[in-house]
Amino acid sequence: MSGHNEHTSVDTHEHLPSYGKNVMIWLVLVALTALTVTVASVDLGNYTFFVAMLIASIKAMLVINIFMHIKYDDILMKSILLACGLVFTVIFIMYSFDLFNRYTG
Amino acid sequence: MNNTTNTNYTNFYQVKTKHKGLLAWLLTTDHKRIGIMYLISILSFFLVGLTFAFLMRLEMLTPGPTIVDAQTYNSFFTLHGMIMVFLFIIPGIPAVFGNFFLPLQIGAEDVAFPRLNLFSYHLYLTGAFLALYSLIFQTHIDTGWTFYVPYSLRTGTDVTLPLMAAFILGFSSILTGLNFVTTCHRMRVKGMKMFEMPLFTWALYSTAWIQVVATPIIGITIVLVLLERSFGFGIFDPTIGGDPVLYQHLFWIYSHPAVYIMAIPAFGVISDIIATFSRKSVFGYKVMAYSTIAIAFIGYVVWAHHMFTSGMSDTARTVFSFLTFFVAIPTGVKVFNWVATLWRGTIVLSSPMLMALSAIFLFSIGGLTGLHLGSISTDIHLHDTYFVIAHFHYVIIGGILSMFIAAMHFWFPKMFGKMHNEKVAKIGVVLYFIGANVLYFPMFIMGYMGMPRRYFDYLPEFQIYHVISTVGSWILIASILLMFTNLLIAIFKGKPVGSNPWGAKTLEWTMPSPPPLLNFIETPVPSHDPYDYHGHDERNFEDVKYIENKENDIINQENS
Amino acid sequence: MSTTSVDAHGHSNNHAGHGYGDNNQLYVHFHRDDYGSKFGMWLFLFTEVLLFGGLFVLYYGYRIAYPHDYHNAAMELNIVMGAVNTLVLLTSSLTMVLSIVALRRKSIKTSLFYLIVTFGFGATFCVNKYFEWSAKIHHGIFPGSMELRETRPAGEVVFFGLYYLMTGLHTFHVIVGMVVMVFCFIFIRTGTINSDKYIVLENAGLYWHLVDLIWIFLFPLFYLLH
Repeated sequence: MSGHNEHTSVDTHEHLPSYGKNVMIWLVLVALTALTVTVASVDLGNYTFFVAMLIASIKAMLVINIFMHIKYDDILMKSILLACGLVFTVIFIMYSFDLFNRYTG
Repeated sequence: MNNTTNTNYTNFYQVKTKHKGLLAWLLTTDHKRIGIMYLISILSFFLVGLTFAFLMRLEMLTPGPTIVDAQTYNSFFTLHGMIMVFLFIIPGIPAVFGNFFLPLQIGAEDVAFPRLNLFSYHLYLTGAFLALYSLIFQTHIDTGWTFYVPYSLRTGTDVTLPLMAAFILGFSSILTGLNFVTTCHRMRVKGMKMFEMPLFTWALYSTAWIQVVATPIIGITIVLVLLERSFGFGIFDPTIGGDPVLYQHLFWIYSHPAVYIMAIPAFGVISDIIATFSRKSVFGYKVMAYSTIAIAFIGYVVWAHHMFTSGMSDTARTVFSFLTFFVAIPTGVKVFNWVATLWRGTIVLSSPMLMALSAIFLFSIGGLTGLHLGSISTDIHLHDTYFVIAHFHYVIIGGILSMFIAAMHFWFPKMFGKMHNEKVAKIGVVLYFIGANVLYFPMFIMGYMGMPRRYFDYLPEFQIYHVISTVGSWILIASILLMFTNLLIAIFKGKPVGSNPWGAKTLEWTMPSPPPLLNFIETPVPSHDPYDYHGHDERNFEDVKYIENKENDIINQENS
Repeated sequence: MSTTSVDAHGHSNNHAGHGYGDNNQLYVHFHRDDYGSKFGMWLFLFTEVLLFGGLFVLYYGYRIAYPHDYHNAAMELNIVMGAVNTLVLLTSSLTMVLSIVALRRKSIKTSLFYLIVTFGFGATFCVNKYFEWSAKIHHGIFPGSMELRETRPAGEVVFFGLYYLMTGLHTFHVIVGMVVMVFCFIFIRTGTINSDKYIVLENAGLYWHLVDLIWIFLFPLFYLLH
């Protein structure tokens, strides 16, 4: 977080963005949606939740990186995103200490 | 950085604007005017909260009804809690001094989003009036400021409006935080790195992060309580499946970090004041900055220590209790570094400095008694007793309100271009210190003996402590009124001062007082150490009498 | 940012004049800082994530408390409706991106076209949601209904409570996003948003993607886990 006076412009990529790449990403997203719906009809037992969340996370990564441009943003933008994600994860972990032992213990 | 009085400029009070009169203030985007508006509104609400505190203490003078009945007493502590927490102490230092001095300390013309800043103020005002209206003119709400379910779902008193007010105030807080984070990253003057910002700015930066990342949680919680009351979603209502403990989780996920929203800016003020009046750079500057961030982060992993008796699982209680002790590390770092800064410093005992010294003492008592509450075994005994009240009032009155008042004295010359009467201010500080101790120390004893908080009545054996405590409240209130009156008089009758009456080194002291509209007449050149006292000559600062005395001492020494 | 020069601090140098002088008239620089605006927008998005975060936390808590009721309740939701809405939002995210791409390539017409299409997808989503909710309400499943209170176990009451809350709050965000799009449309028409100053549209896009992002998680959590 120190000394990032260096960023010089809004977009670090100077070239004009293209249509094609975004359409590709969209196709992948649609495919992943089809996959998650298909997997849902298969009984994976306890893994159902994790598989569904894994696919959702991959989709989220694609949207954040490409559609929301984080991939092309500078380190500051990436690190604040990481900080927010970290806090969110920490809240879930700390909260689990209560839930798992109270409801399932 | 010499201390000259420059009259050849227009300060931000005198600037002619598009709008006239009151609108020139209400529609301004100037961060300094917004800061002054926050100061006026926040102090007004503070006085309202103070009145309720006074009445509560008066009621507790004797067992049984003294001046009001039990139900009124219930609404008194709710009003006191709501007003002080949501309207005064959470916005307090960041909204008033943050708005005014954040851009000045980093050499900026304004905050990053000036219009958003104004919007934020209007949200604050709306929320505040909504809260006051519903609290005072509607049915007397009796839930306490925590709005715990299921009581808040069942109570016949109207909690809808106060909750909406809290939601709006939360929104205002989020926008201020968002603005400050962006300002710290984007508006620093050329040449100032992140780790060259004054510690007050660092404190505001960390606070702003908490405001952004914690406040939405309370927002959604409030919405849920409102919806639960009107539609019966069953989320929190135990009769149809909800779990009230989860409400407490959500509530404290915000409200514990909120404690640091209150405390961290106060730490920042202490750092700035101690460095200035020790004529020394802060000891361990980087560690101080890191510890600020560390406190902000640790705030997220300890929230459930407010819930040790709520029926959480034992594992969770152990984990949260264990982690709670980690708060003591960065806080301890701060306290020791302040003391180390004083060491071998050229100490100037001005009123802000006296207040900061008393704050270190009082805050340490508050902090150390927090450890008793953080360990489960003792907390089971002390939970919901006067011990808890004493603990957090030592922190808030001793560490935060005192630093708010110290900041008022410290930055008063810059905000108004006048100097207050230092002698009166110092008497006020001493009275404040005595009052706070007389008021709150007996509460530790009462609490330990088993006096529960929020009770209207008590056993006769507690009366002696309640009497002492009530007398303490009179001393404390007298001291606060004395200091406020002193400052108010100084606005009109104070001696005009130059740019830097205290001999401080941060950038806000480089421009004339009060500052011109766009703050800096020339672009400031930051030094690598925000508190760089190399080559400092005490004799340049002779606005204040005590410094003259100091100067005489120096001259005498040189002559002899 | 091709024509405006930006100094090392990211502040554009295109503000003219200085604040003093002008007969003491209030003159506040609203200096242009696109990076700063985007930064602020991301911070705002974090607050949105945390706002939903509170609900996700509750969902997670009750999921552990009532695994079987969650399972049974999820069976009653219509996967097809959910999947269609997922596709609608994903596609709208794409068209939003394409609108920005087109604007930056200076083809205003294409940009406006994609913006209208995005708006249309948003509307489709809402209509879909309307039918979905109506069907549920028709079956007597809504917060506080007799059906839920009298005949269903606690976990199902909570599940449907959260279902209405989370999808409801999400749909509210969709509507807000659509309102923002209307403003963007007007600004592009008037030229306030153009191929050089497209930050407003970009921020609107970020907001719209967030709405999509939240749905990406809501869809499996409510419709698929049975």
